[in-house]
Amino acid sequence: MSAFDGRVDYGVIAGWVSEGSRVLDLGCGDGSLLRHLERTRGATGYGVEIDIERVIACMKNGINVLQIDLEKGLYDFVDQSFDLVIISNALQTLHRTEKLLTEMLRVGREAVVSFPNFAFWKHRMAIMDGHMPVSDRLPYQWYDTPNVRFFTIVDFESLCDKLGIRIHERLVLDDDGQPVKDEPNFLGSFALYRLGGTGG
Amino acid sequence: MTTEHAIPADSVGVVSPLCARFDSPLTLKSGAVLPAFELMYETYGELNAARSNAVLVCPALSGHHHAAGFYADAPKNLGWWDNLIGPGKPLDTRRFFVIAVNNLGGCHGSTGPITVNPETGKPWGADFPVVTVEDWVAAQSLLADRLGVGEWAAVMGGSLGGMQAMSWSIHCPSRVRHAIVIASAPKLTAQNIAFNEVARQAIITDPDFHGGHFYEHDTLPRRGLRLARMLGHITYQSDELMAEKFGRRLREGGRKFSFEVEFEVESYLRYQGDKFAGSFDANTYLLATRALDYFDPAGDAGGDLAAAFAPARADFLLVSFSTDWRFAPSRSREIVDALMRNRRNVSYAEIESSAGHDSFLLDDPHYHSVLRAYFDNITT
Repeated sequence: MSAFDGRVDYGVIAGWVSEGSRVLDLGCGDGSLLRHLERTRGATGYGVEIDIERVIACMKNGINVLQIDLEKGLYDFVDQSFDLVIISNALQTLHRTEKLLTEMLRVGREAVVSFPNFAFWKHRMAIMDGHMPVSDRLPYQWYDTPNVRFFTIVDFESLCDKLGIRIHERLVLDDDGQPVKDEPNFLGSFALYRLGGTGG
Repeated sequence: MTTEHAIPADSVGVVSPLCARFDSPLTLKSGAVLPAFELMYETYGELNAARSNAVLVCPALSGHHHAAGFYADAPKNLGWWDNLIGPGKPLDTRRFFVIAVNNLGGCHGSTGPITVNPETGKPWGADFPVVTVEDWVAAQSLLADRLGVGEWAAVMGGSLGGMQAMSWSIHCPSRVRHAIVIASAPKLTAQNIAFNEVARQAIITDPDFHGGHFYEHDTLPRRGLRLARMLGHITYQSDELMAEKFGRRLREGGRKFSFEVEFEVESYLRYQGDKFAGSFDANTYLLATRALDYFDPAGDAGGDLAAAFAPARADFLLVSFSTDWRFAPSRSREIVDALMRNRRNVSYAEIESSAGHDSFLLDDPHYHSVLRAYFDNITT
């Protein structure tokens, strides 16, 4: 996808993974994040992916991958069976957002969610200009995007509040992959969260 | 020198069946004892010096030891998994030493109903003891010992063959590094057992069956076997595939207002039934379907499939096919679930295919890419 994909985000997420964690990576793509976590954090676990080409790529990468449709939920997965459930840059491609977030924290002690911020100023400019935004973080035309949910940092935090999900940590990055401190919903193009359940 | 048929570069080429004889008694799960037995097998590729590259290919219901290549006197009779096994194929015989076996109770040379019972001097027929998946694994493990294979790089199989791979991982955990379970199930459903029972009844009620001792009457229950195979064939294919292959097409002549072969699908089923009835043993069919019915590792572990897999140490690959309704994807997911509960390394692919259960024998590009990628990461 974009030039940003990978390294910066992976480093942040790896920092949130304790040594030897059990990890479930939802929408794991070619498995490179999970592989990174295995190598740098000694993590073990599974990737979940719906697309067969990516499933094959995961197998080439030597990670455990399960070809499962996330729209059908995580019913196979046992309560609290993972230290961490990750959905990296994929939440916006799934319809059942609330169900999935709740399920992630049923299955995992903690969750990591990352997504592109639709309220990033360049995206706002595009709308002002009369077009749906196309950027490094949203590298699709409106007619071919895999994204089905369009939300912002503020929207996401409201939903967490509604669902009783605690935000343990947040990191917002700008277009260059640098951390954003002020006005994150305006200056940030990508957000990463470490989340816990009501109990945690 | 030119040959009539050029051998493709990715074929294992000319192969020969081998026979291993075991003279120690084998006690079966039923309690019956086989005083001695023989297993037919074939091998492809070379066992490496470390003896770490052996792969066991377990046969499905009508499978046997001829899994790849061809015999010098029958160049068109390719092994049943020839599209998978060979130099450069997903199961690459340049890296792996592959062994395929004809199980106990089979009808392709291993000790079974058509071989001679030493006690009577006549074919075993219906007296051949009922064998289970676990018995097959026990016999295969003796073959592994004989061939100097302490630990399999992988044990693989489709359908009933997948059950053998699972059984290996449970009963001989230290001997299996990878288990590849394709289009299989942790146990049959009632519907699945019901299909098997109809097939068995077709055979048993054929007047030519003679209680399983038809060899002595110099006949065979052709009609029963034919019906059993026709029924099986319907369940191994999908509605979608049959619609695609035959639809409602009529053979030449159209409707004759008779019960002759008029629809293409009738012609196909009769052909498949006849072919099978002429080449397969009825008693073996009964035994193999019973082995399917009985397979239930969870049942042996208090009903808990995860508990059944607790001894397993292998890494697993599960593959299912979208239109397989006899061994549906949900059945493979049950296995995946049980393996995750045991924190096993497991990967699972659900291949889009219109070909139903039989997909596991075909060479769908995604399916073969999955197997290739998985095998490529198995170290030898």
